[in-house]
Amino acid sequence: MAEQHTPILPAFFPGGIEPEEHKELTSESPIRRLPVPDVLHVPLKQHIGNPAQALVKAGDHVRKGDVIGKPEGFVSAPVHAPTSGTVTAIEDYPAPHPSGLNGPTVHLEADGRDEWTELDPRPDFHKLGPAGIRGRIRQAGLVGMGGAGFPTFVKLNPGPDRAVDTIILNGGESEPYLTCDDRLMRERPKEILHGASIIGYTVGAKRIVVAIEANKWQAISAMLGASVGWPQIEVVAVENRYPMGAEKQLILSVTGREVPSGRLPADVGVLNQNVGTAYATYRAIVLGEPLIERVVTVSGEAIREPANLEVRFGTPIETIAAACGGYADLGRLIMGGPFVGSALHNTDPPMVKETNGLIFHARSQVPNEPVMPCIRCGACVEACPVSLVPNEMYHLARNKEFERVQDYDLFDCIECGCCAWVCPSNLPLVHYYRYAKSEIQAKERQKEVADIARRRTEARDARLRREKEEKEAKRRAKKKQTDAAKAESDTTDPREEAARKAADKRRRMRGKSPQSSDDGNDAEEGDAEGPGTAATSDESNQR
Amino acid sequence: MAQAQSRTPSLAVPSSPHDHGGGSVSSVMTAVIIGLAPVSLYSVYLFGWPVLFLLVVTLAAGLATEAVMLRLMDRPVRPHLLDGSATVTCLLLGLSLPATTPWWIAALGAVFGIGVGKQLYGGLGANPFNPAMIARVMLLISFPKELSTWPAIKPLFSGQALSFSEGLGVTFAGDKTPALPPDAASAATPLGHLKTELTMNLTVEEILGQGYSHTQALFGSLSGSAGETSAVLVLLGGLYLWWRGVIGWRIPGSMIAGTAAMALVFNIYDPSAFPGVAFHLLNGSLLFGAFFIATDMVTSPTTPRGQLVYGAGCGVLTYIIRTWGGYPEGVSFAVVLMNAGVPLIDHYTRPRVFGKEQAGGPPVGSEE
Repeated sequence: MAEQHTPILPAFFPGGIEPEEHKELTSESPIRRLPVPDVLHVPLKQHIGNPAQALVKAGDHVRKGDVIGKPEGFVSAPVHAPTSGTVTAIEDYPAPHPSGLNGPTVHLEADGRDEWTELDPRPDFHKLGPAGIRGRIRQAGLVGMGGAGFPTFVKLNPGPDRAVDTIILNGGESEPYLTCDDRLMRERPKEILHGASIIGYTVGAKRIVVAIEANKWQAISAMLGASVGWPQIEVVAVENRYPMGAEKQLILSVTGREVPSGRLPADVGVLNQNVGTAYATYRAIVLGEPLIERVVTVSGEAIREPANLEVRFGTPIETIAAACGGYADLGRLIMGGPFVGSALHNTDPPMVKETNGLIFHARSQVPNEPVMPCIRCGACVEACPVSLVPNEMYHLARNKEFERVQDYDLFDCIECGCCAWVCPSNLPLVHYYRYAKSEIQAKERQKEVADIARRRTEARDARLRREKEEKEAKRRAKKKQTDAAKAESDTTDPREEAARKAADKRRRMRGKSPQSSDDGNDAEEGDAEGPGTAATSDESNQR
Repeated sequence: MAQAQSRTPSLAVPSSPHDHGGGSVSSVMTAVIIGLAPVSLYSVYLFGWPVLFLLVVTLAAGLATEAVMLRLMDRPVRPHLLDGSATVTCLLLGLSLPATTPWWIAALGAVFGIGVGKQLYGGLGANPFNPAMIARVMLLISFPKELSTWPAIKPLFSGQALSFSEGLGVTFAGDKTPALPPDAASAATPLGHLKTELTMNLTVEEILGQGYSHTQALFGSLSGSAGETSAVLVLLGGLYLWWRGVIGWRIPGSMIAGTAAMALVFNIYDPSAFPGVAFHLLNGSLLFGAFFIATDMVTSPTTPRGQLVYGAGCGVLTYIIRTWGGYPEGVSFAVVLMNAGVPLIDHYTRPRVFGKEQAGGPPVGSEE
């Protein structure tokens, strides 16, 4: 079959692991559309970046595809009504996040008609031009469907100094359990390739490579079949090795190009898109449909009927679970794959754009092995796909040696979880790296704030010195004048004079004096620094 | 409906990954114990009851020390006793001693190895030196005579076999005579024999002609420490560990290569004064050391290149100590010496990081 015709590209990245796949639970379940629930809770933040701002209020009637949240800032994405109905409230609701915190959410009561807003399909996408396509992709609310949720239009705009010649369509899906991309490739290959060609046109890439892990031979064969007639599209099989789906690892294996540390794939001329994103691109441009639903793999040992469902965003996980026969003996609920997904507190949160999997682990699958000390076995060093030394990083992070852990390339860690997976001591290694990263970032922010404060203090000290000198010079000039004019008639008490000046100065520091208008910034800074420093400067002024 | 939802069970939210390969410290240690089984059993067969008593004594003393130390340090006793690491240390120590070692020396070694060599440094994972080897080195320096008294081969179920009470006498009463060769002289290991005879101006050829054969070394009818009898069984256990993924090929491979390279060079230089590669590889505890001692995870490097450097260092040092040192065998000294260098080796052999020129270095291609 396909596997015999397509050579398998080996994993060129170091390390990696081969966990049990568990894909057989859902790989043969065709994508099934979940009926629109009566009530939807649509979070305004379903992507990386700033949350969208609500454009609707309680009582508003919306049609399917209407914008209900507009993007806030550059890295953000709009949110659309997943069905037609009435907005009941805009209130906080549990977000699908391990913190279990609530986020701003539009609550929608479906009217059952599920009618579209006016769409503007553009099968002739070439007429839109790259900028037009990017604009529409942004308006359609597209984000990376592989689980990261990064706004797609940002990625499609690599900038003038980065020429992208190759698009890699990521069909790796190397995480266990997940089969949503597999099913999408088997069932809708034409649409995916159509979307890929739009992406290729937008960034001006000549070559599109669809990379699929070798274990998905039906997907490979479906995509190969669909790619006939697209000369610029290649379909390749890649070795079945986690984390093959990780961006930089896949790029290396497919193109032999190594993305430099801290740089983007576009720096080596590559753009990586998930197959689901390509499919969403097709729908956004050719059909004019904004992103309101996606395919999600509902799987795990605790769910009764694992399935691949096409679900509207805002559908509560509990509703999705009920459509899969419900769950029993639930021990852990993961949104995403088991390696980079996040565990959720309960089934209240809704499904969002980045939800590619919902994995219901049974109680017996939740680890209860004791955590032991590191025995320096080195399994993590062998497994790391970035060639880090995870055991040393763990010790350094644990001992809060944040500078040294950065020297051990902490920020090159992709948090794939290979090290923790192989660790015989059951150490939550990735957890320590996340901790160290957030501590370092917090310290850097603090340092930035301190730097700004220091620069302000220095500027103000300089200004005060300058003023004092000027005043001194003025005083001397005046004294000379007075002395020359009338040496005997000086009636002003020098102490009274000093007190008046000090009072003047204090007023000026508070920004109330008319004098402060010409250097208003400085006055503000004086306020920001509090009374302590102001008092000191008063004293120095009096001296 | 919303109310019904809020009653969904509150689940634990550990951080990712939410999957584990299933390995554990105890499974690693169990594999090592299984790997040591053939050579241990064979040794019991070859030397009889004393080996069994010796192993029981080291295990009992070592585990008791472990328990006491854990209690003193306020650590959970049971999980650490059951993790198997102390058992492995005690087994390795027991197997590195002559079968005739009196019980109190063996016990002292185990107490020192576990108490000082391991727990005083912070317990599992924190000790810089291989605890079994640091104990053996301590014993070798303190009790050179007892540690170089080699018993004769007297297999169980044979006519020469020691009786149970004779065995008890050897280990617990200091009555070694039944275990020694008939002429009451201590049997010598091939390495020891070679070392003494070379000082008598004999050539290697003459000395080895006195009854040594590689076949004996391979299958273990030569005297030595309990664990160094049969090269074949050591190799078997080592291959099992490699197959289980507990050890890599790098440390054993480079250690054997290190000794072999030295032996080859000097054998070519002067065959009459330096025995060949096969003699060095098959005798003494080189193979045992390469597969079971130097591969101790805690005290060996974790980086791939570091493991090569460390293994080669162990091999070369072993040869140097064997050839020019005061002791006929050098594996334990070589390993302990190389242990001391592990942090440095690890630091300078970090692999090149993906996307960077080197570990901790600039991104690839950043010179443009």
